[in-house]
Amino acid sequence: MFEAIAFYTFSILVIGMFGIVVFSKNALYSMSALAGGMIFISGFFFLLDAEFLGVVQIVVYTGAIMAVYGFGMMFFDTTRDIKENIKFKKIIYTLALLSAIFTIFILMAPVYSVRVEALYPAIKDVGNIQMVGLLLFTKYLVPFELAAIMLLVAMIAGIVLVKVKMEETPTNIEVAKGGK
Amino acid sequence: MITLTHYLVLSGILFSLGIVGVLRRKNLLMLFFSTEILLNAVNIGFTAVSKYYGDLSGQIFSFFIIAIAASEVAVGLGLLVLWYKRSGTVDLDSLQMMKG
Amino acid sequence: MEKYLFVALFAPLVGSLFSLLFTAKEKNTITAIVTSALLLLSFVSSLTLLVSIHDGLTLHVKMMDWISAGNLNLPFGFIVDNVSVIMMVTVTLVSTVVNVYSMGYMGHDKGYNRFFTYISAFVFSMLILVMSDNFVGLFIGWEGVGLCSYLLIGFWYEKESASWAGNEAFIMNRVADLGMLMGLFLIYWQFGTFEYDKVFAHVGSLNPAIVTSIGLLLFIGAMGKSAQFPFHTWLADAMEGPTPVSALIHAATMVTAGVYLVIRASALFSLIPEVGHIIATLGAFVAVFAASMALVNRDLKRIIAYSTLSQLGYMFVAAGLGAYWIALFHLMTHAFFKSLLFLGAGNIMHAMDDELDIKKMGGLFGIMPYTATLMAVASVALCGVYPFAGFFSKDMILAAAFNGGNFYIWFALFIGAGMTAFYSFRLIMLVFFGDKVHKKLGFHPHETYPFVLWALLPLGILSTVAGFFEKPFEEFVTEILSKYEITIPHATELGLIFLTSAFVILVIVATIYKYNKGGFSKQLENMPIYLLLKNQYYIPKIYEEVIFKPYYRLSTFAWKQIDVKIIDFIVDLIAKTLYILGQKSRKMQSGNLSDMLRWMVVGIVALLALAIFYRPGM
Repeated sequence: MFEAIAFYTFSILVIGMFGIVVFSKNALYSMSALAGGMIFISGFFFLLDAEFLGVVQIVVYTGAIMAVYGFGMMFFDTTRDIKENIKFKKIIYTLALLSAIFTIFILMAPVYSVRVEALYPAIKDVGNIQMVGLLLFTKYLVPFELAAIMLLVAMIAGIVLVKVKMEETPTNIEVAKGGK
Repeated sequence: MITLTHYLVLSGILFSLGIVGVLRRKNLLMLFFSTEILLNAVNIGFTAVSKYYGDLSGQIFSFFIIAIAASEVAVGLGLLVLWYKRSGTVDLDSLQMMKG
Repeated sequence: MEKYLFVALFAPLVGSLFSLLFTAKEKNTITAIVTSALLLLSFVSSLTLLVSIHDGLTLHVKMMDWISAGNLNLPFGFIVDNVSVIMMVTVTLVSTVVNVYSMGYMGHDKGYNRFFTYISAFVFSMLILVMSDNFVGLFIGWEGVGLCSYLLIGFWYEKESASWAGNEAFIMNRVADLGMLMGLFLIYWQFGTFEYDKVFAHVGSLNPAIVTSIGLLLFIGAMGKSAQFPFHTWLADAMEGPTPVSALIHAATMVTAGVYLVIRASALFSLIPEVGHIIATLGAFVAVFAASMALVNRDLKRIIAYSTLSQLGYMFVAAGLGAYWIALFHLMTHAFFKSLLFLGAGNIMHAMDDELDIKKMGGLFGIMPYTATLMAVASVALCGVYPFAGFFSKDMILAAAFNGGNFYIWFALFIGAGMTAFYSFRLIMLVFFGDKVHKKLGFHPHETYPFVLWALLPLGILSTVAGFFEKPFEEFVTEILSKYEITIPHATELGLIFLTSAFVILVIVATIYKYNKGGFSKQLENMPIYLLLKNQYYIPKIYEEVIFKPYYRLSTFAWKQIDVKIIDFIVDLIAKTLYILGQKSRKMQSGNLSDMLRWMVVGIVALLALAIFYRPGM
């Protein structure tokens, strides 16, 4: 009973938040709604006994990613709303709906037709965080390390890209060379 | 009783919301927000399947997706800043260089 | 023993591949030396095999599985038995001699290295043909020698006539090979296998009509390769190639492949005597027909080429009448004296700066006595004068023809023998004796290199003495080939031999006498029969009018009407459609990210729909 109440509450909240993200004209509202939505999603993770993921969701998304977006927003002129003349609205909604239905269908089909066997079943009396750690450092060690390298690369790329001065952008350098 | 189907339907709804955002927003920053929604929708699906089948692989995948999202933001935002410096706008319609 | 087999087979291939490395380079004597050495090695191995097979051994080697698909299973197998070992020895011996000879003959040619590559490749293909234990291997070798023959006829490809002759030989052989290929299909259809052993073991239980068609189809292939009427025109034109090639391929080895095929498939052909009769009749016809063309020809090499044709006719008579061992024996002796004849002709050409008209020669005996002697020996052997090689094999064929009661075949061969004697000695007399016409024309002939003459010596000796091996040869070969009993009384046989020999010697003496007196008058050349023979019975002309020209018109029609108007149109239509499609869909590439994303989602939806609704096999 508690689970049902929690699920529906969080569902409504998340859908509402993300609705604001998608439909709001103001970028600042969108960002705030996104941050809220992220936190509410972590609620689902707790509901699903994935405490570690829930914590990571809050820390990484709301703590790190939203902070980066915040800095980005400061950089841009957010007060000036961008005029969005959207064509083919019906097409967009149809496409979105269709793709969602198809995706769900495809996800559901094997679940209901074939009994999926657990490859790495959860061990009883072992906490979720321990299990995740166990898996991450045994079976998924290589992807884990690769993800670490990827994050490093992305970080360096982000710093370098932002640091480049206007007149030194790759295109400008080429134009300057070609011109003279 | 909340079943896997509930979670998957929720995941689908969020996914379609994300796609609507991707398709209709013209602000590049909003495009990034929408991709975050897409990724989160998938995360919920993975975690739910993981829970209902007692297999932790789903959670691990969600974990990696979060890592990917973080990298994407770092690089994407860097590129966006660069673009803003050059053009002074984050309007998507200003990006028309590849017109065939 | 197996290693001798592989050495004999692959030594020429190694030589060919080795000299292949030098084909684009300047003349390099090492190619000639290496290929000669390897051919000699192959010859020695073949000889070793001959000795051990004589002691009662038969080698049957399965080298590897070649094609294994479904029901079709083709092993790459080789068999060395009494028949194939004879062919191996003949082929490798003649090719070794020819290769050494070519070192002198081709000495100044710019395609020196290329020549030896081709020769060795030819020998390899010929050995495959001879040694294969199944029809497909034989066919591979068959096509291989065809290819090498094509390459060697067109060796001087910058000459229009040479490349034309090469094409003619190749295309005519392909036409005949179609028959052979159909025969092979029929064999596979009936027996489910290509291996000689299995095919011949079951051939007796087959419907005679089918055996007859298999025999006929195989014989069509043999006709093409052995240049029997009506496929004979290519052989005379093949003389455009270098003379050693004519000696090796178009006299001694490749053209006898057809005879070899009939001998190899003797188990099949002996079941169908009526086809054998057709073969013998055709052989007898060609023997006279080709000899008659040789009577008046003035081209040194063409005379010998027609003589080859005529002798092939003799072989087919023997093979057709069931006297397989006699056919094989004549094949072997013929290889010796005919290649000797050709190589002697090569010496003359070398001396006369590639002049071929025998009327422009004369009196060369004083200048090149060794060549003249060798040529004379070869000619006498060809005519069949005792005790030279041709006497034994040829008289056996005549006896076989008489024995079978086919008197008209015997008579044709008898006349053919007389013609042979005439044209051989006409050639000898015109080239080596009589007036020195060449002096007026400004030629300065000279004898060729000594080592070339030494290389010819084995052939000269064999042409002289090979006939005395008749009895051992018969015993050796009939171990696997059927025996042939001469049933006519011995006195009759002796009488026939005496009659033929007397006739031949008479013709020779008459020819020598006549040409010593100055030859025939010029008026003879205006007689219709002379013109008919000179123009090869107008057969090339008929071919041109009846086959070439309509075919050319058909091809032109196909090109102008069908290819340009229909096929090109369709191809252009496809291109145009794509172009228009591209023009229309260009608008998709607006460069706007939103539009691109929209298309991307459309694609995703389409793919998802495909994944959900597309169920193959439902």
